[in-house]
Amino acid sequence: MIDFTLTEEQELFQKAAREFAETKIAPHVPEMEETGQSWDPVIKELGAGEMMAITIPEQYGGLGLGYTVRMLALEEIARISVATAMMMQVGGLGIDPIVLFGTEEQKEKYLPGLATGERFATVAVTEPTGGSDPKGCRTTYKKQNGSYVLNGRKCFITNSHIADVQVVLALDEDNPEAYSTFILEKEMDGFEPTHIEHKIGMRGCNTGEIEMKDCVVPAENLLGPEGKGMRVSMTAISESGRAGMIGCALGLQTACLEAAIKFANERILYGKPISRLQAQQFKIAEIKIDLEAGRLLGYRASATHDKGERAGNEYAVAKYFTTEAAQKAAKMAADIHGGYGCMEEYPVTRYVRDSFVLGPSAGTSDIMKVIVSRWALS
Amino acid sequence: MLSIVVCVKAVPEPKAAEDLKIDPVTKAIPRHDIPLEINPLDRNALEAALHFKEQAGASITVISMGPPPAGDIVKECLALGSDEGILLSDPAFAGADALATAYTLAKAIEKLGEVDLVLCGRASSDGATEWVGPELSVFLDFPVVTMVREFIQFNGSSWQVKADIENGYRLVQVELPAIFTVTQDLNSPRTLSFSGIIQSRKKEITTWGLKDLALPANTVGLAGSPTIVSKLEYVESKRECEIIEGSLDEKLDQMIGKLVEAGAV
Repeated sequence: MIDFTLTEEQELFQKAAREFAETKIAPHVPEMEETGQSWDPVIKELGAGEMMAITIPEQYGGLGLGYTVRMLALEEIARISVATAMMMQVGGLGIDPIVLFGTEEQKEKYLPGLATGERFATVAVTEPTGGSDPKGCRTTYKKQNGSYVLNGRKCFITNSHIADVQVVLALDEDNPEAYSTFILEKEMDGFEPTHIEHKIGMRGCNTGEIEMKDCVVPAENLLGPEGKGMRVSMTAISESGRAGMIGCALGLQTACLEAAIKFANERILYGKPISRLQAQQFKIAEIKIDLEAGRLLGYRASATHDKGERAGNEYAVAKYFTTEAAQKAAKMAADIHGGYGCMEEYPVTRYVRDSFVLGPSAGTSDIMKVIVSRWALS
Repeated sequence: MLSIVVCVKAVPEPKAAEDLKIDPVTKAIPRHDIPLEINPLDRNALEAALHFKEQAGASITVISMGPPPAGDIVKECLALGSDEGILLSDPAFAGADALATAYTLAKAIEKLGEVDLVLCGRASSDGATEWVGPELSVFLDFPVVTMVREFIQFNGSSWQVKADIENGYRLVQVELPAIFTVTQDLNSPRTLSFSGIIQSRKKEITTWGLKDLALPANTVGLAGSPTIVSKLEYVESKRECEIIEGSLDEKLDQMIGKLVEAGAV
């Protein structure tokens, strides 16, 4: 029998995440929106609220709760601030390759600090040549005196300026088929976060470029086998990364639904709330239908992942569906607001802007369809 | 080490307000099929208990009376840091007024043995009688201080508290064991934590019914409740828009007049 319900404990984690988001994150949202930065307080809150420890095994100071709980937490945080959820999700994306491919020494060195939030992480794959084609990577490494020397530039990197630990994909200077991943620390000589991006949405989420100029990385910071870096980084992106984006999208859909219902019940036209007009009811119904379907897709993928099985295809389906649905939900919620949907004092304007950043992150919708079609045709 | 009992009530979540049904016979609000939460002021009471535990060590037992779904809020209290949770649940307890509730709670507290401190929220967000704390004091023969906003001295057996009264406060010295009902000004309740939820996996909830407390059926629930609720009805909120005409000064005078008339200023 298929059980579509969350366990009592999962519901409690969900409630804890909701309380956390409403009390610890919400107060910071206005300043993040106004400045486009001001991320430091929420990063501290994510650590203090144990949000970065969710998928880290207990023996390394984590909670060992898995990907369904992580998705539930991201959903609740994104309901309040997609920008914060995005930084959390990519922080987890930096953690996962170390959990999955790290040596015992690497795990002991990095995971406890990442679990408490004392340190923050990211993954850096995308380059100016594009994120959809990771093999177009032009950041290179070469062996020199027992270490590795990296040169190159990465762009559109979430947490670029705040991550102390960055998992970086690079190409062997002497072998155009060999990619490797390395754990870089922000204090390393030759490593520098450079340009900060100003995005259409998710204001207050740190996104920018990093540069490596003759950056010397100790041999022990090679993550996973040499030459297998594509597998290391893509495993993390296709599972943890897409799972994270699904959580962000579901949270945004929920926020859109709540805002749409609130406005439709309060706005009086023709002597009655517009929620009694079928044209508005249908929009609310569509947002709700997509949210329900997206949750089923997302939770099924994360439950599969939690069983220790590969879930990349299921995540691709859910990532495509939920991020597209989030854009649709934001537009319909704004439409319900009429002229007020263009005024920044209403949160739906933020939701519309945020929704546009969901699509390209962790693989565009077109790339998701490529993956899904391969799955269907295989 | 202090032995603290915190009485918590499972009340309807505010967002469920529109789904509340009124029982046509008892005029009670059945709680078995609506989302419940910990009564907000009981969270202040629990927070105080957790503070005492962190300061000087204490064992905290949470007691709640309600239908089986109220067990979820007891579980939540365990996740927040309580050591033990007791759910008083029995069909015979249904429909209890404040007196029958206090009586049943008192019997459960007596069954626990020696208790130093009983903490309650000042009132529940649904019934809001504020009677359960004082009535517990009668049944347990403990002194009670209501509306406590600050624990000034809380070492030893004689405690000093600051408690609200109309337009001021009282400083009260009281000997333990005692009962305190608390206000929202006392503290800021902590939120649930993931590690707290994990730690609560090892904690069990004990359920006690009529037989466990060895009580006659006519002393509990609706049968043991002398309160008669003659009427309970839904309140419909209406909004009306009125356009005020005239010059700016006239509009302001009219508006201020209307606000004064409505008791808003």
